[in-house]
Amino acid sequence: MAVAAEAVVEAQLIEHRRGFAKRWYRTPSFVAGVTILGLIVLAAIAAPLITTHGPTSQDLLNTLQGPSGKHWLGTDDLGRDVWSRLVYGARTDLKVAFLAVLFPFTIGTLIGLVAGYYGGWVDTITNWLVNVVVAFPFYVLIIALVFALGSGTRNIYIAITIVGWVSYARIIRGEVLVAKRRDYVLAAKSGGLSDARIIFRHLLPNVVTQAIVFACSDIVLDILAIVTLGYLGLGVQPPNPDWGRMIADGQTFLTTHWELSTVPGIAVVVTALGLSLLADGLADLLRPE
Amino acid sequence: MSEPLLRVRDLRVEFQLARGTLRAVDGVSFDVHPGESLGLVGESGSGKTVALRALVGLLPRTARITGGTVEIDGVDVSSASEARRRELRGTTVSMIFQEPMTALNPVMRVGEQIAETPLVRLGQSRREAKQRALELMRLVGIPDPTRRAEAYPHELSGGMRQRVMIAIALSGNPRLILCDEPTTALDVTIQDQILKLLQQLQRELDVALVFVSHDLAVVAQTSRRVAVMYAGQIVEQGAVADVFREPRHPYTLGLMRSVPDFDAVRETLTAIPGAPPDLASPPRGCRFHPRCQFVQTDCLEGEIPLIELGGDCAARCLHHDQVALDVRREPVIADG
Amino acid sequence: MNLGGYVLRRLLQLVPITLGVTILVFFLIHLVPGDPAATILGNQATPARIALLHHQWGLDRPIWVQYGKFMGRVVHGNLGDSLFYGVSSGHLVLQRLPVTLWLIGFGTLLSVLIAVPLAAIAATNRDRIPDHVVRAVPLVGLGFPPFWVGIVLLLVFGLHVGRAFPVGGYGNGFVGHLHSMFLPALTVAFGIAPILIRSLRASLLEVLESEYVTTARAKGLPESRVLVRHALRNAVVSTVTVLGVNIGYLVGGTLVIEQVYALPGIGQLMINSIFQRDFPVVQAVTLVFSIMVVLVYLLSDVVHALLDPRVRFD
Repeated sequence: MAVAAEAVVEAQLIEHRRGFAKRWYRTPSFVAGVTILGLIVLAAIAAPLITTHGPTSQDLLNTLQGPSGKHWLGTDDLGRDVWSRLVYGARTDLKVAFLAVLFPFTIGTLIGLVAGYYGGWVDTITNWLVNVVVAFPFYVLIIALVFALGSGTRNIYIAITIVGWVSYARIIRGEVLVAKRRDYVLAAKSGGLSDARIIFRHLLPNVVTQAIVFACSDIVLDILAIVTLGYLGLGVQPPNPDWGRMIADGQTFLTTHWELSTVPGIAVVVTALGLSLLADGLADLLRPE
Repeated sequence: MSEPLLRVRDLRVEFQLARGTLRAVDGVSFDVHPGESLGLVGESGSGKTVALRALVGLLPRTARITGGTVEIDGVDVSSASEARRRELRGTTVSMIFQEPMTALNPVMRVGEQIAETPLVRLGQSRREAKQRALELMRLVGIPDPTRRAEAYPHELSGGMRQRVMIAIALSGNPRLILCDEPTTALDVTIQDQILKLLQQLQRELDVALVFVSHDLAVVAQTSRRVAVMYAGQIVEQGAVADVFREPRHPYTLGLMRSVPDFDAVRETLTAIPGAPPDLASPPRGCRFHPRCQFVQTDCLEGEIPLIELGGDCAARCLHHDQVALDVRREPVIADG
Repeated sequence: MNLGGYVLRRLLQLVPITLGVTILVFFLIHLVPGDPAATILGNQATPARIALLHHQWGLDRPIWVQYGKFMGRVVHGNLGDSLFYGVSSGHLVLQRLPVTLWLIGFGTLLSVLIAVPLAAIAATNRDRIPDHVVRAVPLVGLGFPPFWVGIVLLLVFGLHVGRAFPVGGYGNGFVGHLHSMFLPALTVAFGIAPILIRSLRASLLEVLESEYVTTARAKGLPESRVLVRHALRNAVVSTVTVLGVNIGYLVGGTLVIEQVYALPGIGQLMINSIFQRDFPVVQAVTLVFSIMVVLVYLLSDVVHALLDPRVRFD
């Protein structure tokens, strides 16, 4: 009986994945998103190959130069090559954003699974926690946490996790509430499977798609958060290049060298656009037929 | 006989679907004279509701009128501008819908909704419109109108809501009211009340009615003339008494024989076997032939015309005499 | 149940949440690794100052006593004194609150003014060019860092196009405020408008297919009236909830925007206090922000109930 239930779940998953593989190249938003993001990631990975100067090497004799053959996007107030800082900044920000989404995803999913499956007071407490966290303005809490913990990437991860697990928990919990009444779960239960096995082998693969879709749009939020923290001086610490920091540094020279602030911002917008398209495309593809 | 208030000639309505074009209404023609009531009867999918909505241009996005003419009060509305059509709606022609819970604005008080046409279309002042609304509420039998006017739709019972719909339909002093299965969603007892109300109003105010329903009994009660629709076409029409007592189309016969409501002296109750055709690819020849007990070879090819049978009756069947024989042998309605 | 009863019920539901909020805020100190007092004081730490903070925060007492005292003080409006300015944090907050409130209010107003017409245009021109253009707005717009938008606006309107707006500060008098706050509020608006547009457009599309819109059209009403009095009136009901939910984000956004435009609001107070290691003020501002958000959720629920009579009958 339990074996039959497992077989059903397997079949459903295979069907899901096959459908995905067949259609991904026909979904324009997905393709566009992958293309844009792919280019940016490629550039970030190939950073040493496409830049002529290091991102942190200062050249105090050549500060605030406009774009030229030597410095494609000019130099900043410390003579650092802007193009190089832009590309290495992509490395930093993308890496932090991807990792920063992973922790809330994992923790939130776990909590959501447990709260949705067991219900009762576990669920009540989880809901209360969720409501409390949600009551805080996102940035206020992150900034307050970064303040309390100190700046730097490790604490950024912690802060974003503490604030971010909530959305995943809510989504997963909602999906679990619906899914746990489905036949295959009831079959598994009556077949005597342990709770852990049911949760991880049966529920999880079926409820996780919504969370994955959300994660893609969450990365956008995280990139924005990291860049904002950078702008406020609370994010990735110098001399590591970070788009937010670049925008902040450039603001002083708005009247003369407006490109110092505008260009990194455009980079953020394009990256976010790629991610959003990817998220939309994934949502379309993973939607159950 | 006066000029018809509503003249429909050869109306065609098509839906654009992903899998192709679906012709929901295919060459429908009928007249309605002032003060007259016409029933439009058929199963779901027969095209009766689509035809009704097409009359005033209230079709869904995916549908279009692709042929024929509709004249209301002498004005050709099928080729007129939307503005012209809008002018006639609410004042000359109004509509009553099937499900009053969804057909009434949930966040607007019912009094306001009834007063809207007088206020906006008839140019009355706010106070005049309010008075008119109360008057109409009394007319349709809503007790304690002053208090009820302040209510929201979800605070009223189904029957009350339908009365509100009727009041709205009357608020512009229409000459023609189109009724889209107004009693289908109601309890049987309430149904009866509403039908009686409609009959009464029709007599007193001398409005013409086009009454769409799948329920023969309801149509028999409210209409003097009836048109039976099947697969987008009118298959039989005539005076209600004639058509129901002596149907001349196999489909009508089948309908009559499958309805237990009439005081019929019948031993057997038979349902019509088979299902209505897919209108994206209707059968060749007579559309009813796959389900017809009188089918013969000439039914299988070519367009079957609507054959006049005298005295305002017509049937789209080459073998209507066979049907008549069958009826004589086994009457659908007991005499008396 | 009437509106008053509904409001009361929601208020009661908010009590445990507010309590939770205070607990979280209180525990901010205890998140700090090591001796919070030493860390907070940073290089201003002297044994005397550390001991003072310990005593001020009651860190020498058991934790629940500490929380109790904390709550006791909060209820009396005493949020501690600023380490930097020496005056009560509460006083500092109150002084700067109007600026932030202006920003939030004005910003919300502008976002609605932008979102509603755009969503209406998109919904009434479904799948045609105007719709595609409007749908692109949330797609691209959500990727714009609010502070960057602020800088760009500053650049274009503050420094170039006729220097139409001041580049910072709060201005004097009501008109002065309007003038100075326009660009910051616009920045805030650009932040929320995409989400509003997306939600309202979806809502409108659904509503426009409903039977009561057909009834309104059957009355021969002009399409503008159908759109506003019937369609929009119903579509905004669910958008109010979305707006409320996003206020949490919005309020946080004002924090950064105050930095960009050098506005003397509580957001800037918070950032400055962070760099000055002025913990009581940070705590006070965080608490005030959270209470504001909770109140906003309540307000959006109330407005929702006002707009949708069906909700009150629960």
